[in-house]
Amino acid sequence: MLGGMIAVTMHKLVPLPLAILFAVVLTMIVGAVIEIVFIRWLHKPSVLRMVIITIGISILIREIALHIWGESVRALPYFTGSSVSSINLGGVYISSQVLWVVGIGALAVAALTAFFGLTMLGRQMRACAANRDAARLCGIDAKNMVTLSFVLSAAIGAIGGCVVCPITYVQYDSGTQLAIKGFTVAILGGLGNSTAAVGAGMILGILESFSIWVLPTAYKEAISIAILLAILFVKPSGIFGSAEAARLKEF
Amino acid sequence: MRGKRMSLKGTVPGIVLAASLAILLFGTVARAAEPIKIGAILSVTGPASFLGAPEAKTLEMLVAETNKKGGVLGHKVELIIKDSGASPEKAFSFAKQLIDEDKVFAIIGPSTSGETMKIKGVAEAGKTILLSCAAAEDIVNPVAKWVFKTPQKDSDAVIKIFQQMKKMKISKIGVLSGNDGFGNAGKGQIEKLAPKYGITIAANEVYDAKASDLTAEVTKIKAANVQAIINWSVVPAQAIVIKNARQIGIKVPIFQSHGFGNIKYVQAAGAAAEGVLFPAGRLLVADVLPKSNPQKALLVKYAKDYTSTYKEQPSTFGGHAYDAYTILLKAIGQAKSTDKEAVRTAIEHLHGFVGTGGIFNFSPTDHNGLNVDAFEMLTVKNGKFAVLK
Amino acid sequence: MERKHFAIAGFAGLIVAIQLATRLTGTEYFLTQLTMTAYYSLVIVGLCMLIGYAGQISLGHAGFFAIGGYVSAFLTTFDLKSHHGAFISLMERSGALVSRQDIYGGTLLTVHPWIACAAAILLTVAVAYLVGGPVLKLKGHYLAMATLGIGIIVYRIVLGTEFLGASDGISEVPGFPLPGGLVITGDSSSRISNYYLAWGVVILGMVLLLNLIRSRVGRALAAVHGAEDAAGAMGIPTARYKLHTFVLSAVFASLAGVLLTHFNGGIGPSEAGVMKSVRYVAIVAIGGMANLWGALSMSLVLNYLSLRGYFGTYDDAVFGVILILIMMFAPDGLLRRHLLSDLKRLVSRTPAGEEAP
Repeated sequence: MLGGMIAVTMHKLVPLPLAILFAVVLTMIVGAVIEIVFIRWLHKPSVLRMVIITIGISILIREIALHIWGESVRALPYFTGSSVSSINLGGVYISSQVLWVVGIGALAVAALTAFFGLTMLGRQMRACAANRDAARLCGIDAKNMVTLSFVLSAAIGAIGGCVVCPITYVQYDSGTQLAIKGFTVAILGGLGNSTAAVGAGMILGILESFSIWVLPTAYKEAISIAILLAILFVKPSGIFGSAEAARLKEF
Repeated sequence: MRGKRMSLKGTVPGIVLAASLAILLFGTVARAAEPIKIGAILSVTGPASFLGAPEAKTLEMLVAETNKKGGVLGHKVELIIKDSGASPEKAFSFAKQLIDEDKVFAIIGPSTSGETMKIKGVAEAGKTILLSCAAAEDIVNPVAKWVFKTPQKDSDAVIKIFQQMKKMKISKIGVLSGNDGFGNAGKGQIEKLAPKYGITIAANEVYDAKASDLTAEVTKIKAANVQAIINWSVVPAQAIVIKNARQIGIKVPIFQSHGFGNIKYVQAAGAAAEGVLFPAGRLLVADVLPKSNPQKALLVKYAKDYTSTYKEQPSTFGGHAYDAYTILLKAIGQAKSTDKEAVRTAIEHLHGFVGTGGIFNFSPTDHNGLNVDAFEMLTVKNGKFAVLK
Repeated sequence: MERKHFAIAGFAGLIVAIQLATRLTGTEYFLTQLTMTAYYSLVIVGLCMLIGYAGQISLGHAGFFAIGGYVSAFLTTFDLKSHHGAFISLMERSGALVSRQDIYGGTLLTVHPWIACAAAILLTVAVAYLVGGPVLKLKGHYLAMATLGIGIIVYRIVLGTEFLGASDGISEVPGFPLPGGLVITGDSSSRISNYYLAWGVVILGMVLLLNLIRSRVGRALAAVHGAEDAAGAMGIPTARYKLHTFVLSAVFASLAGVLLTHFNGGIGPSEAGVMKSVRYVAIVAIGGMANLWGALSMSLVLNYLSLRGYFGTYDDAVFGVILILIMMFAPDGLLRRHLLSDLKRLVSRTPAGEEAP
């Protein structure tokens, strides 16, 4: 939401690519500030406490956005083409912006996988997620890792916001629902696995879209939550995650 | 240990409590009698903020203008705006507060039908004029003595669309509606009135008002092979509907409700908005109205004032509050008193009152005063609203 | 006299004192919002029991509130006159149905509010048992998200279901008749009786909870909260106690929903919203997680201020900020047991103990 909003605001002043870059950087800074101000100095916070704090922060950001940008809806222009142009792939109509979304999504996943698998920093982050104390004993600065993860996820969120907002528009409260859906997908795929999360996201999206052929559309949102609950009840490690790995994490 | 815990549990909260209540109860009792108090319960924030925010802005602007001119009948106007966030329980609480405590002369709002229905009884019991800015028919049908509403009736909007469809020889349609109060009410009227105009509804879909992609829904409509689509909702979904529909290759005419009356959605939908048909009040096309139109002068002035004060385009929703306020002032002027009963009767006898929503003709049996002529069939041409010819 | 009784008597005294104060100053209109506050407080104390004493968070209590309110509202407004059948005539003969006039003079045949209330509570118990079992096995953010999810599902259902009024909710709900000619209704004429009725219900609830805390169950819960594994090893059926507390707090929320709906004369989907649930948790947090009196008093102050519109357009933001600040600086709540000793420690600058993960 923040990413989309800032990009829309900036787009009035500078060309599109620059506006998006600015939005992403600014959102990253906001992410870092939030972590440093609200989370970093807490002494060994419980996960639940962090969850409640982040819920509080999300409410706060939403309300601040309301007072800065007002209640109206905004959108970025389509990156290429216009809102009615579409590409016909064997009888299936796809908007060019959808291709942008898919492309950038794939790029982000690839980049994340490479980052976590290949770079030292990425491995350090994974170590912290798995076992913070052990990671610290190995000389990893766990606190910096947490800040970094906030910055990273803020950046990805902002990029996502910029890419989809030509299609979906952005409003001060468009973040909350996405956050819940995002969490559903993350759990579905097993936390800490971006490729599986993509798979889970697709499954969820397809299930949701098909559900409207059977049930009234108004219940669509309830479907995805029901799936989340079912997964949590049956296999909390997610459909792609391994139960053993999940048990080792300290939640 | 336990003893100490208990004593703390009892005393600390007790002190906090007593102190806060003391401030609350006795700090706010003073009041002056002179100005006319008008309460407003509006959804300035929350899911209906697109209604409440322009309404609140409009009222603030108008009250400032009235007071600059020296008020009405020598009284200044005092506006008390309460933000209900579209929650009925808050609307109820505020209605009680405004009537029992602030003793307001009249209440403007609430913005949504659900809230209005909840406080209808409160206004009746408190004998306070309620000028609702919400659209639902139930608000004034059956008529409640103290309750009025300014937006055009949903049924009239539907009739306007169906009349246009007859002209275009359309008989099989697909209906999409948002799951908010606005969409719900419109859907009901479409279902009720369709048989009268010989129109069959081949597909009927309800979607989440906050949905960000409606491709699945429009695909279902496309499969039903309809001659036209009516979408009844408010932002931002209504712009998404037309985009998604055009993207999957739907070529049939798309009708929107009067909720489409905000140029922002046209901008958001871009090229997809071209050719969309919708009924709306004349505010949106104030500039291009013929000089002979009785509403023209008023609409142009409101649009100019609003734009210069708030640096944004007015929407028809702000117009509902504009009408509510001007109707009230006019009635006070005609009754030449600030007696609630006299003013209420004066509203019931307002005839030919020019407002942003149309020409109001109230009567004891019609507390809305507008008919199907309040609507003009509009379309989108080159990214701008235009009157359909 | 025990301290517990002393506290309850003190609170009852406060309630009476407020009423007398409004009477003396001619500000009796304050009582309407105080009555609404009372019903919200009922949710809060129930939730406080769950969070503070059983150690389980719930971000879905607005859902249970809505179940109560909606079931009761639906049953007492749905006109059965045009419906016929053996079941309906049986209900009519047994006195389960009542006939009343609506505000336009027509007659309605609806389910008696008492039966509706019983149905609402039964449904809540059923739902709470059904979801409580698997949900309470979860921990940390999984638990938070699962309860949040339940709340959202209820919200979506009431928002998407036409016979529940969709986004308009249900209006024209009748008053709730009580023995002795009392009625729970928002009419200004019965303001004082309703004020006492509402707070009477809250005090009854408090007595129940306070007794529960002092009982075997309460001690077992304390053990569960402290160290669940250890408690389990001692032979305490931790899962069962947690579940029962969950159901109990859901019933509190549901009952509050029923009564407030009759008082307000209607209910809308906003009562089931996520923000409502978050707000309940925020109030429990500021009151002191395991401090019923603290939660109650904070609920009284904050709900009342919110209902009066004191926070204006910043209503949600205020509760968000409260939540952040409390969780950052005082995760055990503001009005907690060791407030004084904490202050002393702060003054003498000794580091605080480590918080349990």
